[in-house]
Amino acid sequence: MIELVNINKYYNPGTVNEMCLFKDFNLNVLDGEFVSVVGSNGSGKTSMLNIICGSIPIDRGTIRIGSEDITMMPEYQRQRRIGRVYQNPSMGTCPTMTILENMSLADNKGMSFNLTRGTNRKRIDSYRESLHSLNLGLEDKLHVPVGSLSGGQRQAMALLMATMTPIEFLILDEHTAALDPKTAELIMQLTDQVVKEKKLTTIMVTHNLRYAVEYGNRLIMMHQGEVVIDKAGDEKKVTEIDSILEKFNEISIECGN
Amino acid sequence: MEYLLSIIIGILEEGLVYAIMALGVYITYKILDFPDLSVDGTFPLGGAITAVLIIAGVPPMVTLFLAFLLGALAGVLTGLIHVKLKVRDLLSGIIMMTALYSLNLRIAGKANVAIFTKETIFDNAFLDRIAPERMKDYVTVVILLVIVVIMKLLLDIYLKTKSGYLLRAVGDNDTLVTSLAKDKGVVKIIGLAIANAFVALAGSIYTQKSGFFEISSGTGTIVIGLASVIIGTNMFKQFTLIKATTAVIFGSIIYKACVALAIALGMAASDLKLITAVLFLVILVISNERKRRVKAND
Repeated sequence: MIELVNINKYYNPGTVNEMCLFKDFNLNVLDGEFVSVVGSNGSGKTSMLNIICGSIPIDRGTIRIGSEDITMMPEYQRQRRIGRVYQNPSMGTCPTMTILENMSLADNKGMSFNLTRGTNRKRIDSYRESLHSLNLGLEDKLHVPVGSLSGGQRQAMALLMATMTPIEFLILDEHTAALDPKTAELIMQLTDQVVKEKKLTTIMVTHNLRYAVEYGNRLIMMHQGEVVIDKAGDEKKVTEIDSILEKFNEISIECGN
Repeated sequence: MEYLLSIIIGILEEGLVYAIMALGVYITYKILDFPDLSVDGTFPLGGAITAVLIIAGVPPMVTLFLAFLLGALAGVLTGLIHVKLKVRDLLSGIIMMTALYSLNLRIAGKANVAIFTKETIFDNAFLDRIAPERMKDYVTVVILLVIVVIMKLLLDIYLKTKSGYLLRAVGDNDTLVTSLAKDKGVVKIIGLAIANAFVALAGSIYTQKSGFFEISSGTGTIVIGLASVIIGTNMFKQFTLIKATTAVIFGSIIYKACVALAIALGMAASDLKLITAVLFLVILVISNERKRRVKAND
């Protein structure tokens, strides 16, 4: 379970540009939930992910995963239980290292990075297999630097790498936004598959309302640092894009967009 | 012929000593993407400690290890300044380099320390016994070659370990290192430690080869290192079979050949640093020019 309790977050505190993003913001994500988060720019979606992962500090409040208070835990330690895929496909891989080296790095998450051989030869077949499941032909390019792959291929690898080792939570930060529609579709299907397979508790920020409605079992719309729509379970199943869009437009008109 | 040969030997000797230093700069500049100026201080640091220890009677081989360790310690300090105190990379190096100047003077006691009369790794009773008389001129080059090859192989092996993978990852994309639940700051500190250990080792070898320690021997180290790295990695880019570490060693030798050529063409020895700087500028401009041409071809 991920719990955000009474989170306060200000940007530029103490200056004329001070902006309050979250004031007593609360959110509970239950184990096994796949939450799609939508909302206009500046509504606090990505900030929320950054707060959960520890990429930005908060001014007040408590963050818990499971029953553990992680408010003060540094970002890198939180990642032991979290996998994260970013909007930018190059954030999840190392461009100058080969596919094989990248896979080896990801495979070693949670263990010691010591002076033993970087790539475990016995694992290569298993890497091939998981790359093969992407259907992108990457299994034949093990020794190619990841930097020479396309954005879609890199994002597929990033997803694979983020979910390779046992994690509990998957954080997806607009991870299909930089891809063409066909590749985005492929990545979404892969995401759904891996979330179901590994039973990951997932939070996905997206601008694609269709994905938000089609995938996951809970939908949240955020606006100015608050949750304005929160539909879970059966209620979400009957939700249609139009009703979400309507609310979205309503908000946008309020903002004068 | 004799004259030409002695010039070539000289170039090789200088090139190989500085190659070890250049391998260190390769780690920071190419792998970590951290322009580390502390090498201007760690190179003479290795020299200072070596001169003092050799005079105190410590075996020359042992001074190599101690210089290596001391260099690593200096690298850790640069890393701590950058990571923990959040000082910019370039400034952390400058702070360390400046502090080390005084520290090196303290260690050595004075600006010049001669060890001509002492045994070094290049000049000792053991070598006198085993090296044939007519090979005398080549002994230094052979010893250097052995050390360079060992250090290069050690670095190659390290870069293939899990720790080495992480080091390469942190320069490439440090977000990924965080995603792997590792502290990227610690990885950077390890990288700086290894790099400066190589540089201090080169400083130790340089002092043993030249027979004296001189406080200003570190000035411009970073420029020589960067020039070697850039020459090497650019010239051998097309040859995928040649490892970057090998290319850096060749880069260092080529660079020293260019300097020797400039001196042979009539520049004075006192112009050395000027030659160093101008050569570096030329190399940078050429590699920029090439990049632009490659882009234009796209």
